[in-house]
Amino acid sequence: MSARRQLCTVRLGGLDLGVDVTGVQEVLREQRVTRVPLADAAVHGLINLRGQIVTALDLRPRLGLPPRTDGGPGMTIVLRHDDGPVAVLVDEIGDVLEVDADACEPPPETLQGPARELLPGAYKLPDRLLLLLDTARAIAVGTPA
Amino acid sequence: MHDMDDVVREFLVESHEGLDRLDQDFVALEQRPGDRALLGAIFRCIHTIKGTCGFLGFAKLEEVAHAGETLLAPLRDGTLALTPAMTTALLRLVDAIRAILAAIEASGAEGDGDYAALAGELLALAEGGPAAAPAPGAGPEPATGAVAAAGPVVPAAAPAPAAEVGVVERRQGGRRESDRAAEGHAVTDTTIRVDVGLLDRLMNLVGELVLARNQILQVAAAREDGVLVAATQRLHHITTELQEGVMKTRMQPIGHVWNRFPRVVRDLGLACGKQVRLEMEGEETELDKSLLEAIKDPLTHIVRNSVDHGFEAPEVRVAAGKPPHGTLRLRAWHEGGQVNIEIRDDGGGIHPERVKAKALEKGLVTAEQAARLGERELQQLIFLPGFSTAERVSNISGRGVGMDVVKTNIERIGGTVDVQSTVGAGTVLRLTIPLTLAIVPALLVSARGERFAIPQASLVELVRAEAGGGARGIERLHGAPVFRLRGRLLPLVVLADELGLGPAPDGREATSIVVLHADGRQFGLVVDAISDSQEIVVKPLGAHLKGLPVFAGATIMGDGAVALILDVPGLAQRARVLGDRAAEALPARAAGAGAARDRHTLLVVRVGARGRVAIPLADVQRLEEIPRDRVEWAGNREVAQYRGGILPLVRLSAALGVPAADDPARPLPVVVYRHGDRPVGLVVDTIVDIVEEAVQLERPVEQPDLVGSAIIQQRVTDLLDIEAIVRAACPWLPAAPARLPAEVAA
Repeated sequence: MSARRQLCTVRLGGLDLGVDVTGVQEVLREQRVTRVPLADAAVHGLINLRGQIVTALDLRPRLGLPPRTDGGPGMTIVLRHDDGPVAVLVDEIGDVLEVDADACEPPPETLQGPARELLPGAYKLPDRLLLLLDTARAIAVGTPA
Repeated sequence: MHDMDDVVREFLVESHEGLDRLDQDFVALEQRPGDRALLGAIFRCIHTIKGTCGFLGFAKLEEVAHAGETLLAPLRDGTLALTPAMTTALLRLVDAIRAILAAIEASGAEGDGDYAALAGELLALAEGGPAAAPAPGAGPEPATGAVAAAGPVVPAAAPAPAAEVGVVERRQGGRRESDRAAEGHAVTDTTIRVDVGLLDRLMNLVGELVLARNQILQVAAAREDGVLVAATQRLHHITTELQEGVMKTRMQPIGHVWNRFPRVVRDLGLACGKQVRLEMEGEETELDKSLLEAIKDPLTHIVRNSVDHGFEAPEVRVAAGKPPHGTLRLRAWHEGGQVNIEIRDDGGGIHPERVKAKALEKGLVTAEQAARLGERELQQLIFLPGFSTAERVSNISGRGVGMDVVKTNIERIGGTVDVQSTVGAGTVLRLTIPLTLAIVPALLVSARGERFAIPQASLVELVRAEAGGGARGIERLHGAPVFRLRGRLLPLVVLADELGLGPAPDGREATSIVVLHADGRQFGLVVDAISDSQEIVVKPLGAHLKGLPVFAGATIMGDGAVALILDVPGLAQRARVLGDRAAEALPARAAGAGAARDRHTLLVVRVGARGRVAIPLADVQRLEEIPRDRVEWAGNREVAQYRGGILPLVRLSAALGVPAADDPARPLPVVVYRHGDRPVGLVVDTIVDIVEEAVQLERPVEQPDLVGSAIIQQRVTDLLDIEAIVRAACPWLPAAPARLPAEVAA
């Protein structure tokens, strides 16, 4: 008997990331974004979520990934947060997978830098590795002083 | 926030409601000391608090509440007569309960205030003796100081005319407080308590529904489908009604704020020996809850100010043929989509000459300016920043806030304040407040393709500069952009640069200037385009963006896109365009100050062997270059023709007693200085730079022409006392910012 959890899989800059489904409020197509000058690099802008103004984050700089260049349509996942929802930009959204806690291992030592803090584990799936995204940490972007 | 039990939270809410009613009941009680129904209501309220806190284990609160109950019981039964000392002790009980409740709310515990003495006093009074009536000031005060914040602590040995003070009269068909209280209990069955956050969300959703409806209306109109049009029409009406309904849920009667004034007037009247009747009219006038919160402190300040400064002492009033008690009248009514609030007193009025003398003393106006002001304009001077200062704050009404803060706070929410006063007859303050804060008129501008909203409240005017610089375009003073607006140098902030939006794609320079005011000063915001003004719904920014002082929030535009709302004071601060107000008054004030550390905008110039000296930019009107052959003589003075007048020239090198080191082939660099309202040209050798720095002013040497010295750009730079230099060089000029002898009681 091992604990199982459901992860929503997303692709971001070539990485396969898993986000706990209980933390996902909804998934949106690419949204019209208003830039916020002077904000943290991870703040992509503001989107209008049914009349609520939600901050959209781009996790690429936090994960040490280069800016997106292929120009394809992006997706947005809206995560639940104590201070209201937070949107996160991703490249693609995949299936929801049920994974076994036993299949989780710490990320490889080769994964270095800021990304390591945000990716506490990796699930060994038959065809690929799925990196668990610590959403609480990922969206805890500091505000500029 | 401390993790708090629902039961405790409920107890706090209920107790606060009860206490608010108590304040009024007590004041009403002083007029009708025998009113058993009123005493019964007070007793029940204290009893409820005591019972619940015993159950929740708040021992300290239980002890004082119990002591109060012990005194109230014989009063209610009529076996003891109410005295002013008892009222005062009971009011202090209310304060003590409030302080404990505040401590519970903040920390979950009762705090470390000591109320044993108060409890003892209440018990002694219940025994029938004045007994342990403590000397004024010796009463128990909580260590937290929360009581002091709730109002001045009235000496327990209250002066006699208590029954005369703070008479509350309501002009609503003569309904008495006790009747209202009785009704109040009946209506609780038909009301429910709703979290404000929920109402805010509903308000947001309804705003969004309105946008969606507008889109559907457009689509339906294009389809020519009768059934669809009819359905959308119904949707239209329902949405409108829903919007109005939701907005109404946030409305509260202004009486909620006024409720505490009877107590404020009573306490303050007692403390300063004034007799004041408070009349209120239009308490049922409703406005948005957030606005109500915003006007609470300004209104309280005005009321305190009136009682403290507005009314004369009873004997003065009688001598002037007025009744001994003054009348303070609050009126509120709706008019033209706004709420009007009037605060009228029949006191001594604002004496224009005293205001003038005080404004001169503070250096807020020059003698010439003051001489030109009419009586009404002089009265408006009370709203100038710096008019109310420490000497007045020490007494009762001031807490470091002056009328300028009242004005700023009212203007921040889009309201206005006006004062009218007749010497000897009284003063009327009129406030106009918008009905709701959620929707504000704003100007939409754009920079590099991004739209921004600017609240209209900060807007002064729109100006267009001519492209390509020059006298009618945007000029640069050593990199700092300025614009000549009717002869004044208007500091500019380029929005795109300030926000780091990058250069314009086509290299064209923006020439649209939005003139804004913040902190009583003006600056120009250069934007790419000004679109139009429209009403916007203000929405807060998320936690990730809270640290950005440049934005006040965001709004959703008609097309569904998000636009940021600029925070004008925040933007001005970031751009450091206004410098510090102290900079303007620096030469006048710094003499007494040993060292001051503040941000100042300074003009650095070079004067002969003296090297670098600095002049506060606020004193500089313009920078000019005057050809040497244009220098003429008037008597034995050098002058130049300047804007149709004669500009006296002061060679700073001569004034400072050092040889000049300027280049005789080049025109004379002249700093035009504003001496009162007369321009004076200060001839320097070179204009070096404009700097904005935190200046640590020191006085390593005493010299009459120096305010002090500071390290500016890593170099010791003397800050000139221009005022003194000009006075010495041009003694015939009328004395500017006169500092008249003090002694003004406003």
